[in-house]
Amino acid sequence: MDNNTSTGLYTLSVLTEDKAGLLNHITIIFTRRKINIDSLNVSSTEVHGVSRFTIVTKTSREMIDKVIKQIRKLIDVLDAFVYEDHQIHYQEIALYKVPTKVFLNGNKIESLVRNNGALILVIEEDYIVIEKTGHKNETQDLFNKLEPYGVLEFVRSGRVAISMSKRKTTTLIQQLEESTANKLSIDSY
Amino acid sequence: MNTSTLILEEIKVKKGKVMSGAEAVLQSLIAEGVDTIFGYPGGAIMPIYDALYHYDKQITHYLVRHEQGATHAAQGYSRVTGKTGVCFATSGPGATNLITGIADAQIDSTPMVCITGQVASPLLGSDAFQETDVVGISMPVTKWNYQVTKAEEIPEAISRAFYIANSGRPGPVVIDITKDAQIGEFEFNYKKCERIRSYHPYPAVIEEKIDEAIDLIKDAKKPYLLIGHGILISKAQKELSAFVEKSGIPFASTLLGLSAMPVDHPLYMGYLGMHGNYGPNLLTNECDVLIAIGMRFDDRVTGSVATYAKQAKVIHVEIDPSEIDKNVKTTVAINSDAKAALIALTRKIDKRTYPDWLAKFKACDEKEFEKVIKDEYNPTSEKLRMGEVIHILSEKTKGSAILVTDVGQHQMVASRYYRFSQTDSNVTSGGLGTMGFALPAAMGAKIALPTRQVVAVIGDGGFQMTIQELGTISQYGVAVKVIVLNNNFLGMVRQWQQLFFDKRYSFTELKNPDFQMIAKGYGMEVNKVEHRENLDKAISDLLNHDGPYFLEVIVEKEGNVFPMVPSGASVSDIRLE
Repeated sequence: MDNNTSTGLYTLSVLTEDKAGLLNHITIIFTRRKINIDSLNVSSTEVHGVSRFTIVTKTSREMIDKVIKQIRKLIDVLDAFVYEDHQIHYQEIALYKVPTKVFLNGNKIESLVRNNGALILVIEEDYIVIEKTGHKNETQDLFNKLEPYGVLEFVRSGRVAISMSKRKTTTLIQQLEESTANKLSIDSY
Repeated sequence: MNTSTLILEEIKVKKGKVMSGAEAVLQSLIAEGVDTIFGYPGGAIMPIYDALYHYDKQITHYLVRHEQGATHAAQGYSRVTGKTGVCFATSGPGATNLITGIADAQIDSTPMVCITGQVASPLLGSDAFQETDVVGISMPVTKWNYQVTKAEEIPEAISRAFYIANSGRPGPVVIDITKDAQIGEFEFNYKKCERIRSYHPYPAVIEEKIDEAIDLIKDAKKPYLLIGHGILISKAQKELSAFVEKSGIPFASTLLGLSAMPVDHPLYMGYLGMHGNYGPNLLTNECDVLIAIGMRFDDRVTGSVATYAKQAKVIHVEIDPSEIDKNVKTTVAINSDAKAALIALTRKIDKRTYPDWLAKFKACDEKEFEKVIKDEYNPTSEKLRMGEVIHILSEKTKGSAILVTDVGQHQMVASRYYRFSQTDSNVTSGGLGTMGFALPAAMGAKIALPTRQVVAVIGDGGFQMTIQELGTISQYGVAVKVIVLNNNFLGMVRQWQQLFFDKRYSFTELKNPDFQMIAKGYGMEVNKVEHRENLDKAISDLLNHDGPYFLEVIVEKEGNVFPMVPSGASVSDIRLE
């Protein structure tokens, strides 16, 4: 299969105005084409009033190129970018709730926490919450190791990513604000 | 006093004045130059209708018979003028009835602003009487939508709505206004929207891309140009004729591009698509450079994309970047307005002619005439054929009428045989294929341009989907000429059943009412033709009548439209019979 039609993992970074309903607008584009979203995270950015959607999805290059254009076309979207994993720094955070009693039976859990770069977030009488930040395979790996001891609850956040480009969000927004594409200027003969 | 000074004075008077949200809606519309609204009142929009009562000098409101009719009327109004069509509807069912027309306007790039009433904001989300989530429902089929819950948001929401609807690639906008926002009072000021930082409707022409395109055309022996709706939207008719006449490149039109250029232009090769002309489809797979301007390679134009123009280098001029490389891969993409690109291309293009290439189109035309057209114009069948009706209509109007068509066989036949001589004269539902479009759209077109002859050609199926708009036509005396081509079948579906489903005519035969009596009941002049000898006079009578007129023509029951590119086949597999 060629690169355009084979499936890959893509991270979309979408800069938007902070407007209600925009999440729906964006997800409709995926739903229409029956593309699953692996994870989605919305957060504020360093610029007041500007939000960033970080969306992870598995699809083909050809498809993601069409999707990103349709996202860019949404009125309240400032700009949107597609990245492959080698073009970004990214993390996810996972929380694991385990019964406190498993800690009382030797130091296996403690060493798991230490050796996996995790930390203990809270200790309650009945349970302990462990936190780990990392890539999906890493947080999953810790889950697999904890599972035999009984995990009461496990949750993982959507991916957040920062691109390797030198672009500044404020510069980008300034360019958009100064763009002359707001009206048609016809160059006569 | 002419309208524009009236509007200015009115704004001056009202500027800074405290008024209700409802009145602010009307003031904002007047500031946008709106003088015509199609709508239907109801509970949640009553404050706006109450305010409208006092604005009858500045705004003419047409009370339609169903909200879908309002949208199609607004589309017809817009398609012949380029102005933004405006609709009013109430919450709940009023708003949901707009959806078909909104979807139609979205896919056919028609600027429209729909203002819907909504339940009062404290009731939102509570399943209140006539509450639907209009913003949610209309989201996938609008260019933009917004819910107003405070009166003071109204001027900005409306100014954005008009800017967005009618800039770049046009489309429909819905502004949903809660009842309390219509009642609330505030100090009104209006500023036209000229810029939205997240919206860039007019990307500039990039000169290097123009050069790349010119280089491709320079080496071409069989260049071929396809034009679409974008030519009409950007009003680039003059620029198009300058380009083709200098470059010598033959061109063909999509369904929505029809009437951009007169049919008798020597370089106009015909109409594209599933039931388009033979040469324009067939030779798509023979050209060496394919230039597409203001069109989106719809599947009804391309047939199977896997076998579409694979031999050609493709230049795509398109204002909407999401259309570029969506269906057909381009060699050179020019992401800009059609007019701007045509000016830049014409400046650099060499003067050429392609006599051998044109001869190929001509040979195809002759073949199509022999196999198909001859018999449509002068049929040997006992029953009337759709083609001869359109042919006579075309001759009698000299191709200068506004032709409004519905969806189906009659639409394809009318688009094939009406020889447009004037621009902005083709109004049809292309992308969505909405049956019921033509009657209200013709009404909207006639209201917009009362001095033009407006003829609606409709099938007996589609006619019954919005037949109630005869009431609106009659109430306001809108002088549209309606021709129903009646074959007592859902003809296009029946044709497919005949050709691809072994003649299993599953639920396509219609037992129709007496259309004469219905139209007469609505106060229209009526006539019916069953025999060839009466057709000519009947069409003259229709055209010469001053008011609205209804003509029913009984046509061949099982007539087929050819040529045809079967669904999913290649354009080069176009069938003549």
